[in-house]
Amino acid sequence: MLELEDIQHYLLTRPNASIAQYNFMTFRTAAGGRKWINALTDIVGTARAVMAANESDMRWISLAFTFEGLRRLGLDEASLATFPEPFRQGMAARASILGDTGIHHPDHWEDNITSKDLHAVVILFAKDKEERKRCVTRHDAYLKDNPDVQILSSLLLEAVPPYDYVHEHFGYRDRLTTPVIEGMGIEPTPGSPKASKPGEFFLGYPDETGLIPDQPRPEILSRNGSFLAYRKMREHVGAFREFLRANGKTEEEQELVAAKLMGRWRKTGAPLVLSPERDDRALGFDDRRNNNFDYEKMDPHGYACPIGAHIRRMNVRDTRVSRIMDRRLIIRRGGTYGPYLPDDAPDDGANRGIAVFAGCADLSRQFEFLISVWANDPEFEALNENDPFAGSVNGAFEMTIPKRPIKKKVKGLNAFTTVTGGAYFFLPGIRALKYLATLK
Amino acid sequence: MVHTLKDGWATPAALSIPKEGYFEKEEGRYGPVFPQTPANYGFSVIAKVKPGKEQAIRDYGKTIEEAVKASPDVLAPLKLHYLRWVLFDVGSGLHFMYQGIFDTDFDKYIEDAVALFNATGITTVFVNLEGWPEDWRTNVNAVISFFREHHCPSFLEYGEYPYVSADEVKKALKLKEAFTEMLDQMQ
Repeated sequence: MLELEDIQHYLLTRPNASIAQYNFMTFRTAAGGRKWINALTDIVGTARAVMAANESDMRWISLAFTFEGLRRLGLDEASLATFPEPFRQGMAARASILGDTGIHHPDHWEDNITSKDLHAVVILFAKDKEERKRCVTRHDAYLKDNPDVQILSSLLLEAVPPYDYVHEHFGYRDRLTTPVIEGMGIEPTPGSPKASKPGEFFLGYPDETGLIPDQPRPEILSRNGSFLAYRKMREHVGAFREFLRANGKTEEEQELVAAKLMGRWRKTGAPLVLSPERDDRALGFDDRRNNNFDYEKMDPHGYACPIGAHIRRMNVRDTRVSRIMDRRLIIRRGGTYGPYLPDDAPDDGANRGIAVFAGCADLSRQFEFLISVWANDPEFEALNENDPFAGSVNGAFEMTIPKRPIKKKVKGLNAFTTVTGGAYFFLPGIRALKYLATLK
Repeated sequence: MVHTLKDGWATPAALSIPKEGYFEKEEGRYGPVFPQTPANYGFSVIAKVKPGKEQAIRDYGKTIEEAVKASPDVLAPLKLHYLRWVLFDVGSGLHFMYQGIFDTDFDKYIEDAVALFNATGITTVFVNLEGWPEDWRTNVNAVISFFREHHCPSFLEYGEYPYVSADEVKKALKLKEAFTEMLDQMQ
């Protein structure tokens, strides 16, 4: 059973927040960093506390650390060496593996995110703007008293209109699938993967092999922790809308092209496999039905949902493609940053996109596999293309849409998304935070 | 790089490969990526057999045969063309060679491979080999290291119909079947 009073809430619950801020932190001294952890640990939300939440809860805080952060805090080299290689190297060093090349290369990343001085992130979710401001002001005031800890950069995240459904800047409805963890009392919806073993997301528990994999040491530090892969992607909304217009004459045709890229209808999330011709709002918003499909039997050639559609690449649902699908899952958290671009407005050049954390127990097997193989491998199903959204497209974008009598290609001049940031973090349990705060 | 039919499947091709096993160092998740050749991707894993384990290894031939018979697509995610298992002794003790030819870089689906090896009992063959990690059940990285360290890259590979994938072969045969059926129906 998961130790809910020790695990940070971040991957287990989704609080009722409307706004968020990520502060990327640097520790000038070990003592300063430890003092900062000590000051914040008591307000870090545990899974137990946040699950018991009520309407009066106003803010939720999580802390995570880079490899350099753990080193700066004084973790000994022998322990550091037990952390997995991707985490030790950091995301920027893994760029060629992940496909972060050309316009996506870490040399162009924002927010000082590739700095060796990036040591930690504090993630704040707040119920409203006033509460965010209060928390940020208080944290800033605290930092005045502890100048050995400084903010490298901040990112503000806010939902974009229309507010009646959760979506990103392109307008795609989001949060339709998320892994369920065994023992949490939640049944997966029909068609979703079975509940995952806790060890797929939290260190120190049996994973899908039934065994507890080797963990970083000391145990007090790794137990109840998770790894987070941070990914910031700029969304080129103007280019995306231009692409839809170029590939669809009417609004209906454009919506169909948008749906073909994703595998779901934009505004409702209704899956193409179940509703290939037109959007179906009731289907999209019915959790008993909106994941209840497969590809192998229901749409083997991709006539409904193209083989290269985002949801078909990132969640293959098909044992022919992967035997260990239940070992490639991530828990995704995050939201949109940057201003909303109204439907009828030309692109204003503003920086807007998504900034998400992917939680897992094994960065290589889970996150890196998803990005390097399912999103970016041109050999994926012999398509010779990348994922339209999560892939690192350089130059013209092209995607195959299976269609009778012959397949159709949709083309765009440029990528819709650019990777503009990324880092690997370790999200420790509460005991581990206290351990880090008292390192000598 | 995806090689397609237009690259000339009808022209046989040979490719000599540097000693390291690759032309330019390209990092994969677990180390340098070995390139595609006219004979597609592949590995040749060679390891010494522990004393007295020959029969145990030979017996597993039957186990794998049964596993594939029971579930013919059990190895499908590995995108295989062929596997060859060989036991040989050239005077330095009995060695085991596991040679595979497939359509995807082995590193990409290595966790699937290890999971499949566990599920089909292939892993239990490897415990008869010297150097196999004792903690293989909980340490996938050690298993992956074993494969990489015991892989002997080819210095020459040849393809009579270069770069053609197993899927393309199967599609061509399906088409042939469909045309035969069509012609039958026209009689």
